[in-house]
Amino acid sequence: MSNVLAFCEFQDGALRTSALSNLAFAREAAKAHGGDVVILLVGHGAQAASAAAAKYAGKVVVVDDPKLEHYLAETYAPILADQAKANNAAVVTATATAIGKDVMPRVAAALGAGMASDIAKLGDAKNRFVRPILAGNAYSTVEISTPTICVTARQSEFEPAAELGSAGTVSTAPAGTIDAKGAEFVKLDAQKSDRPDLGDAKVVVSGGRGMKNGENFKVLEELADLLGAAMGASRAATDAGMVPADWQVGQTGKIVAPNLYFAVAISGAIQHLAGMKGSKTIVAINKNKDEPIFQVADYGVVQEWEKAVPELISEIKKLKATR
Amino acid sequence: MKILVPVKRVPDPTQKAKIKDGHIDLTGASWIVNTFDEYAVETALRLLENGESNTRTAGSEIVVVTIGPDDAAKELRTTLAMGADRAIHVVAKDEELDSLVVVKVLSGIIAAEKPDVVILGKQAVDGDANQVGQMLAGALGWPQATFAASIEQSGSSFTVGREVDGGVEYKKVPTPAVITVDLRIVASHAVQNGVTPKTFAYGGEGARLPSLKGIMAAKKKPMATAKLADYGAEPAPVIKEVNVTLPPPRAAGQIVADIPTLVKKLAEEAKVI
Repeated sequence: MSNVLAFCEFQDGALRTSALSNLAFAREAAKAHGGDVVILLVGHGAQAASAAAAKYAGKVVVVDDPKLEHYLAETYAPILADQAKANNAAVVTATATAIGKDVMPRVAAALGAGMASDIAKLGDAKNRFVRPILAGNAYSTVEISTPTICVTARQSEFEPAAELGSAGTVSTAPAGTIDAKGAEFVKLDAQKSDRPDLGDAKVVVSGGRGMKNGENFKVLEELADLLGAAMGASRAATDAGMVPADWQVGQTGKIVAPNLYFAVAISGAIQHLAGMKGSKTIVAINKNKDEPIFQVADYGVVQEWEKAVPELISEIKKLKATR
Repeated sequence: MKILVPVKRVPDPTQKAKIKDGHIDLTGASWIVNTFDEYAVETALRLLENGESNTRTAGSEIVVVTIGPDDAAKELRTTLAMGADRAIHVVAKDEELDSLVVVKVLSGIIAAEKPDVVILGKQAVDGDANQVGQMLAGALGWPQATFAASIEQSGSSFTVGREVDGGVEYKKVPTPAVITVDLRIVASHAVQNGVTPKTFAYGGEGARLPSLKGIMAAKKKPMATAKLADYGAEPAPVIKEVNVTLPPPRAAGQIVADIPTLVKKLAEEAKVI
């Protein structure tokens, strides 16, 4: 029992970028345990992603079944638990995405495993993990003493794993009994966007309550597209229905750590700071100089967004024109 | 319908975190009901009432449970004051608990109480682990609908809107089920139970505050006490906190005079554009 089973999400025949962070942690954990990384792909279409996955680990296990077309914790968790046993996994890991957070505790229950959620790094022993608590205001090191340990890794804390020199082997495994316990996938109301995923983006442009309405976000979107950035928002803006809920950055919503984060008309509630204060450079634009966002910002501009953002767009265009 | 709502008390998150002997110093801390759990109580109430006429569905019951020290009875009583009917307080020290111990106790309570649905917050805002709901569903072999932003009840099933990466997923679960709630479950129209008119809008932000009448009534509502051993649980956590550290403070930032200066600094100093 020394291997690390890395449950990886995929799309269109490739691993998702978020999965590469999981693999970065998985490699560290495998090294600490003296075992190997085994990538697990589950779902209809998993086979198509297996060749791409094999570039990242010596072994890939595929569980592909038409009945697994839509992700359900009820059907996926038993497969993860079975494969953990079949592959002698000491650690079962996923990225802390919506799916990872949903499925992994259920896997832990099936295995009787202790779990460390949303970890930031491996600790000073193979069964110790460092994870943010209190909305990121403190870091707790936890020690887990079960033979198998379940982990979700915070995407923004792990650099995406690189491909290995040679491709690993791919094998298939049966899904076993698929029992959804009566649960059904009804539909996904997808937010289509050509912008990068919030979790992967190098630059994020976020707006808050002070943007007043969804129409006003257009100028932020123009800024975002100029920088190849993802759009984000504070809870106040998403709750008010100005922008889609999946733009929310915060303790609820996405945790991001881009190179550059723009907080426009955002006051800087603890909830929001928890989701973005790991960013490398933070820019705050707010008309009120006393807002808490200025305490975490590297650069603050005390101005109304109505004036500042169009000027910012034009100045960046000027800069780009000189390059 | 009978709904079980497990709740946890947490230190008030507006307090600044302090460290003592390698752990969070909770001396003199003020405590609140975990916000997400408060929302779970609110959700249970909205499922079992006619919001417009402010009447509870006949024969419905909300049982609240907490596992924690003697003092935690206070926050449990707050949820009774919001409108829950009955409480169970499993007395245990915080250091005797981890998510697996909690799930073992809750499984025992559920076996005895046989609720139709268990509703709880998606995570506690102290540990931020986001584990217990899913683990509980797994241990019980029940379906789960986590991170609920909306719930529509029809007969004995729930269609739950879940905010996932890239949109909102709708998942239908039959009873018995475990539902964990996210922030937006308290939006004006987020909970539809088929009794409260669809046109009725819950007002305000967040969960309802206990009324004076509710606070008086809560004093007479039953609160049973129990021990871990009553549910076959051992005070032997497998997840232990080794230590806690505070992150280094961010270096002080600077206020820049205007946008051209900002762009210059982003390009030349921070080198990010």
